[in-house]
Amino acid sequence: MAITMTRPIELRTRHTGGKRRSRAARRTRWVNGVLILIGVLFFVPMLWMLLASINSTAGLSVSWPSHPSLANFRAVMNEDTTYRPIRNGLVLCGGGTAITLVGAVLAAYPLSRYRTRYRKPYLYTILFTTGLPITALMVPVYGLFVQLNLVDTTLGTIVFLGTAGLPFAIWLMKNFMDGVSIQLEEAAWTDGASNLQALRLIVMPLMWPGIAVVAIFTFISMWGNFFVPFVLLLSPKKLPASVSIYTFFGQYGQVQYGQLAAYALLYAMPVVVLYLLLSRKLGGAFTLGGAVKG
Amino acid sequence: MSLTATRRAGARALPLAPATVLLLTFLAGPILWSLYAAFTNTALSGEAARHSKFIGLENFRQALDSPSFKNAVVLTLTFTILSAIIGQNALGLGLALLMRSGSRVVRVVVGAFVLGAWVIPEVVAGYLWYAFLAQEGSLNHFLHATGLGSQSWLFSSPILAVSLANVWRGTAFSMLVYSAALSEVPKEIEEAAEMDGATGIRRLWNVTLPLIRRSVTTNLMLITLQTLSVFGLIFTMTKGGPGSHSQTLPLYMYEQSFSFGQLGYGTALATVLLTVGAVFSLIYLRAMRTEV
Repeated sequence: MAITMTRPIELRTRHTGGKRRSRAARRTRWVNGVLILIGVLFFVPMLWMLLASINSTAGLSVSWPSHPSLANFRAVMNEDTTYRPIRNGLVLCGGGTAITLVGAVLAAYPLSRYRTRYRKPYLYTILFTTGLPITALMVPVYGLFVQLNLVDTTLGTIVFLGTAGLPFAIWLMKNFMDGVSIQLEEAAWTDGASNLQALRLIVMPLMWPGIAVVAIFTFISMWGNFFVPFVLLLSPKKLPASVSIYTFFGQYGQVQYGQLAAYALLYAMPVVVLYLLLSRKLGGAFTLGGAVKG
Repeated sequence: MSLTATRRAGARALPLAPATVLLLTFLAGPILWSLYAAFTNTALSGEAARHSKFIGLENFRQALDSPSFKNAVVLTLTFTILSAIIGQNALGLGLALLMRSGSRVVRVVVGAFVLGAWVIPEVVAGYLWYAFLAQEGSLNHFLHATGLGSQSWLFSSPILAVSLANVWRGTAFSMLVYSAALSEVPKEIEEAAEMDGATGIRRLWNVTLPLIRRSVTTNLMLITLQTLSVFGLIFTMTKGGPGSHSQTLPLYMYEQSFSFGQLGYGTALATVLLTVGAVFSLIYLRAMRTEV
């Protein structure tokens, strides 16, 4: 009796299970096909950069180099084209990131630790500011820089880049700091440590992955920023890589496309490497999407 | 409050000082200045640079009367709707959904390409798309090889060209937001809907989308704000041209302020852009309903 009862049911589940499995397999194949197609569409524009950079007679279309060589890289690897703009970029973005980090770590501490009256309005203002279009701000900022005699100064540009990075950095940093338990600090406070000592000796060592994430993220967005240095800096000798790529290759009628590709690759490489570091640190980039989401 | 309590509150707020001073000087300052300068005739050089005077709503009236301004507004709307609200949003959601059921290797490789487009600097992205769409570029080569007519995309439909480039560059962000949102949707709910016979599009529309609707709103606001301030991408691809056929508001503002030296008028345009940004930013804040 028991056997006759269970058998048909077993048979039926196995049957539908198999059907469902084959349908799932078909669906996976179909999904993979669509994903690969989208992936190819995303890859083709990049392919041009990769192939043209090793092709000394490269045009604008993707083509396999007949004599692959590093001639393009040799041609752009000199003080005026590559070294100085990259160095300027490092100074501007390194300095800007330092300002953002110091400001954000300090500001995040009271915002994370104390329930004060100004905490909520302050954080809401910060969050609101992250949404404002910085591009629109550059005309009045230029006006301010004229007044302060800061136009075409590296220092002024560093300070502005650092400030523009602050809102998002404070928000991220505060969220990371919330994750550090307050109990250790309370012990330190009773032992007579000041707030800043507690921040430096207890909180910061515990949240260095968070600080690294904010640092890398800030640096990446500054490295790619074109408009801010384009408006605030004028002398060719002070321009970072993001702007000099435009002034160097945009002004001449006869562009050496292979060299342009090689230079673009050299300029983009640091952020790609940093992003790989960042996504490893976050255990997949998806957490950052979550952090952005709030 | 007693003296010691006041002193303690002051000491506690002290670490906020550096960031606050910087934000007030370099962000709040320019915003307030723009609210003033937008009503003056200040210029980059000449008499109006030294002695600007108050001219009321003249700059805004000039903008409303100007065909170039109208052109810029229409192009900005087209660019935002095509590339952000339709392009990045739909493609990002589609990718996030597909990524859930693709095989692992495909997911990793395709994800790397999409994220790569997001990570590389915008000026480089501009050059890559210039090369892709130019008369002698890859797309025309391909179209020619398949017997389809080639055309000069950057001249015939420049706003479409820069929109495509912006979809390519920005889709990764929407994909990340939606992947994070979808990972929080309980599997049981979707399976239950599937059991009840809701398939494909209907399950997405009636079950999945309502569950992630807050992420949809935040994503739409954030990508709109990002797209409103795109400058380098368009500038490297078309410079706003040919003529002014891809001159969105940021490019128009730049031209008026720095090429033509009309700082007062440019500031009025900046104020318009900032106001639009502020409205979207407030909607975003409300939609997030974050407990800070």
